[in-house]
Amino acid sequence: MNIQQLWVAYATLVRKEIKRFTRIWVQTLLPPVITMSLYFIIFGKLIGERIGEMSGTPYITFVVPGLVMMAVINNSYSNVVSSFFSAKFNRSIEELQVSPTPSSIIIAGYISGGALRGLLIGIIVTTVSFFFTSVAIHNVFITLVVIVLAAVLFSLAGFINAVFANSFDDISIIPTFVLTPLTYLGGVFYSIDMLPTFGQILSQFNPILYLVNSFRYGILGISDINIGAAITGLCLMVVALYGVCWYLLEKTHKLKQ
Amino acid sequence: MVPALAITGLTKTYGNGFTALKGIDLTVEQGDFFALLGPNGAGKSTTIGIISSLIQKTTGNVSVFGCNTDTQFSQAKQYLGLVPQEFNFHVFEKVFDIVVNQAGYYGLPKSQAVSRANELLKQLDLWDKRDTQARMLSGGMKRRLMIARALVHKPKLLVLDEPTAGVDIELRRSMWEFLQRINREGTTIILTTHYLEEAEQLCRNIAIINDGKIAENTNTKELLKRLDCEVFILDCDIQPNTLPPLHGYTLTQSDENTLEVEITKGQSLNAVFNHLSQHAINITSMRNKTNRLEELFVKLVNKGTA
Repeated sequence: MNIQQLWVAYATLVRKEIKRFTRIWVQTLLPPVITMSLYFIIFGKLIGERIGEMSGTPYITFVVPGLVMMAVINNSYSNVVSSFFSAKFNRSIEELQVSPTPSSIIIAGYISGGALRGLLIGIIVTTVSFFFTSVAIHNVFITLVVIVLAAVLFSLAGFINAVFANSFDDISIIPTFVLTPLTYLGGVFYSIDMLPTFGQILSQFNPILYLVNSFRYGILGISDINIGAAITGLCLMVVALYGVCWYLLEKTHKLKQ
Repeated sequence: MVPALAITGLTKTYGNGFTALKGIDLTVEQGDFFALLGPNGAGKSTTIGIISSLIQKTTGNVSVFGCNTDTQFSQAKQYLGLVPQEFNFHVFEKVFDIVVNQAGYYGLPKSQAVSRANELLKQLDLWDKRDTQARMLSGGMKRRLMIARALVHKPKLLVLDEPTAGVDIELRRSMWEFLQRINREGTTIILTTHYLEEAEQLCRNIAIINDGKIAENTNTKELLKRLDCEVFILDCDIQPNTLPPLHGYTLTQSDENTLEVEITKGQSLNAVFNHLSQHAINITSMRNKTNRLEELFVKLVNKGTA
């Protein structure tokens, strides 16, 4: 396939993914709005007013970046894992397998779809947050880089999960038992300075901590970590996970019998 | 002229140890209408799966119009269109989107994809259903949708894995006409089917696969010539009181107005008709007891498994 044909194949996949998650918007776009609104009301308003400030910022403002990031991570991951696994389950993935579309474009198409849903949810949740608090962005560049990296990273992770999944149970195990605990323990609702030394050391191994703090730095200008190192690490993880996805499709024939 | 499909030494052993293909060699010439027949589990779908890159082969080579499916997979896939046995589209997608998206996966620009989809959906009587979700289609419509999808990028080789399974006779015949037309227009077609009259009617060449090996690969007419015995059913207008014996022929009465006659090579039906006329038995209609190809198929498959 030449460059133009590759672009057509990529655009087709992305358009199909966008159509998919907008067609079922009640399942994909609405729930995060409701969930995050509840977080803002309960943690931000009701409990937050009693907590007061965290890292020198009103608590409700402090949790905004974390909640946006949590929504982006969950939705990017779940979009790709459910879409790609469904394609495997109903065998519509064969439409791509019989075509000359290369593995790199298949990955890029699904990841773009997942990342776009994550980013759209991020925008929606940020808009919802304006009803509860006012947030001015401290560093637009870092904010955008981090949120795009997060969306891409967790779309890639969702893709890997979908390739290995053999049943619908398999696509909910990782989000329930890995992603949710890591997100809650990744500094969404607190600063890791509040943790005992052991907890702080343990948190250093949680990749979501770096995402939440980098994003919080971009929006509020406060962070518990080194931003440069965090973004470099995230870029390396994106490259590594892309490599794993490509290897799974191209070399292990995971989708073939 | 390079063949449309060339398979050499193809083997496939699945992860559970089952060997589905035991070294297949097969050549399909350009422009052919070729039947790949065999009993269930013989290896037909595995062969098609390997040709279309859905199944990983163990050993062997597959070339489509001279392009090796391992080393020139992109070009080989451009030449190939597949209509699989089972429905494999997203049931919540609209008919039109399914066809247009497939064109996109082959790199066809949107404008060309839309015009090609319009053309195919009209030809296959799916135009009225273009905005319907695929799950709402009848079985026959779903089959036609898979044919439209497989043809959207104008493949030179179309592989159909039991395309008329479960389709009513009227629709089956209209699909035959459609396939014959695109074959006349230059598309090479490989067909697997359990309806042997379909293969006899449509295909110029036939390969019979049995137990992972090619049991027969020849011209349809040549294959049918090998049939050394045929049984005909004769419908009579009156009930014969006693069936007069005919020397050298096996003539039996199967019910009140029906006779069966076995004709072996070198024997003539005229002798039977003359004999019955002499005894005032009029024949009103005649047909083969079983499809001719079916008889050969059963013999070849039984020979292979014996």
